[in-house]
Amino acid sequence: MHTAYGLGHQRLDAGEAWLAAVLEIQALRKTYRSLRRAPRQALDGFDMVVEAGQVHGFLGPNGSGKTTTLRTLLGLIRPNGGRMRVLDHDVPAELPDIVGQIGAIVESPQFFPHFSARDTLSLLADAGDVAQRRVPEVLELVGLRDRAKERVKTYSLGMKQRLAVASALLKEPTLLILDEPANGLDPGGIREMRDLMRGLAESGMTVVLSSHILGEVQQICDSVTIISNGRRVAAGPVADVLAQHSSGAQRVRLESASDLPAAAEALTSTGAQVTAYGDHLLVTGLDSPAAATRILAGRGFYLSELTPVTVDLESVFLELTGTAPVPGQHRQVDEAAPIEEVPA
Amino acid sequence: MSLVRAEGRRLVKRRFTRYMVLIGLLVLAAVAVGMFFSHQKIGPAQYAAAERAAERDYQQQVQLSEGIRAECERAKAGDTPDKMHFPEDCSQLIPPREAFPAAQYVPATFNFKEMFPVTILVLAGVLAMVAFVVGASYVGAEWHTGGMMNLLLWRPRRLQVLLAKLGTLMAGLLATTVVLAGAWLAAFWAIGTERGTTAGMTPGVWWSLALTGLRGLAVVLLAGLVGFAVASIGRHTAFALGGAIAVIVIGQIGLGIALQLARVRFPEAYLLPTHVYAWMTKKVTLQDWQSCQFTMGECRPKTMDLTWQRSGVLFGVTALVLFGAALWTMRRRDIT
Repeated sequence: MHTAYGLGHQRLDAGEAWLAAVLEIQALRKTYRSLRRAPRQALDGFDMVVEAGQVHGFLGPNGSGKTTTLRTLLGLIRPNGGRMRVLDHDVPAELPDIVGQIGAIVESPQFFPHFSARDTLSLLADAGDVAQRRVPEVLELVGLRDRAKERVKTYSLGMKQRLAVASALLKEPTLLILDEPANGLDPGGIREMRDLMRGLAESGMTVVLSSHILGEVQQICDSVTIISNGRRVAAGPVADVLAQHSSGAQRVRLESASDLPAAAEALTSTGAQVTAYGDHLLVTGLDSPAAATRILAGRGFYLSELTPVTVDLESVFLELTGTAPVPGQHRQVDEAAPIEEVPA
Repeated sequence: MSLVRAEGRRLVKRRFTRYMVLIGLLVLAAVAVGMFFSHQKIGPAQYAAAERAAERDYQQQVQLSEGIRAECERAKAGDTPDKMHFPEDCSQLIPPREAFPAAQYVPATFNFKEMFPVTILVLAGVLAMVAFVVGASYVGAEWHTGGMMNLLLWRPRRLQVLLAKLGTLMAGLLATTVVLAGAWLAAFWAIGTERGTTAGMTPGVWWSLALTGLRGLAVVLLAGLVGFAVASIGRHTAFALGGAIAVIVIGQIGLGIALQLARVRFPEAYLLPTHVYAWMTKKVTLQDWQSCQFTMGECRPKTMDLTWQRSGVLFGVTALVLFGAALWTMRRRDIT
């Protein structure tokens, strides 16, 4: 996949189809400097592309640079280098021209505690030239209609999260950036949030979703970018990322477990790599699952199961970011395995 | 314009703003009520009562002094060593009637022309304190609670946001001060009418009062600006309030003691209250009593005049520096 920066579009394979890139980041760098501490490089040449109408998962361990990326995109942090384009505009220079099309929540929701949800949204609507009729609409959408007059200080974390999402939706954005929107939500709330995002994407909105709930991301995201140590380590459609990190192994079971050693020998003789377990074999290196069927049937062994071994996003994430727990070790937040950057 | 409207709503909606204005109003009301009840109108009856009280005190004092005069005369006649303790003329021990003027027994009365300018200092002082904490809290709480970050997600032009907030605060302070100044004037005019006199109010006196009021308004706006700017630089209300306490404790009390220990001439010239007073009263004359040579007779200490123009320049420079620093930090800082 080739990205053409400056054009605001992304070429798909070698064909003629073009998808508008709503968000493009190229070689973004940010170093935090402090008088008391050594400089810390939060972003080290980070790249990211999000296409229009997608729900895009933005994943990374704590301290990997996710929030710094989002804050930089939204003009809250000044980058040290790199280029960003959002909705065909250079940011942060042209951010004021497009901010009305970007809804965002960054990190934990923060609101003035003594204002009600209605007042909070009403003030934001006034500040952003948004019609006041949108306030009850978004309160209804996020399920806060009946609690809208209560002070935010009385809200649970999940309710504050809903309010944050409501504030992001207030201006009917083209691009919605949500940092951990499911944080603090109960299971029902998480499902509602998932349905909401899917509905928003179907209505044409592009959603960038930063989350640690990888099961959710796998369910609702069309594509993902994984960041580690300030660099992109994986990017692309979810299925492609999973496929790239799948071993292609097949789990093979026979009608009779006593035939497994002979079957393993037969498969090995054709060049496959076989790992034997008590009741099944794990086979890699075959051209296709059909090859296993053909080889074993030819030797008189009949399959009772032939299953591709799949990987999930969590295992890919842990592998790519080097953050899988190791028994007996206490990993620190900035510790991640050094990983080569992977092109999209 | 919508941003200014939103900021106006936000400022008025804040409980802290409402409470502080209410506290300021209560203090000012207490002052006005106290002035009302501690003064009264003077008429013939009050003057007659004062005359009677003066005569009564004079007679009591004469009775007491007669005994002492008799003792004095005995001492003089007997030529005892005690005569040294008395004056040459024992009749001097009897106080003159003029020492008990009736005017001293007249109850306090409110002379609007003389006393109202002093009350403007009170009004400006109370409102300046309210302005400082409201200004500090208005932007400090926004930073502290994340409201500023939320707002910047809607309005990424940072300086425009900060200036809109400051403009809203200044407009709010201006409106509040003007309204309260009108009420203050009306209240004390009523006190003057009911409990004193409003005589002698020529156009020139009114003009002078108006100028004093304008300088008081400037003090209120300056206090609001300083509170706002310092809290914005520190991104917390406590930064401004702590700074104010530090200025009072270290910059005023500590500095005052240090300057006196160092025998610096005119130490009051380095203290903030002196400049505020000079600004409000147009001129303060400081005296250097250290320059007196008491062994050489009458002392005429050296003096230094602090004028309102000089103090105004000091305040203006301070405001500009803090305002500039607030804008610079707003423009440059990473919002994390």
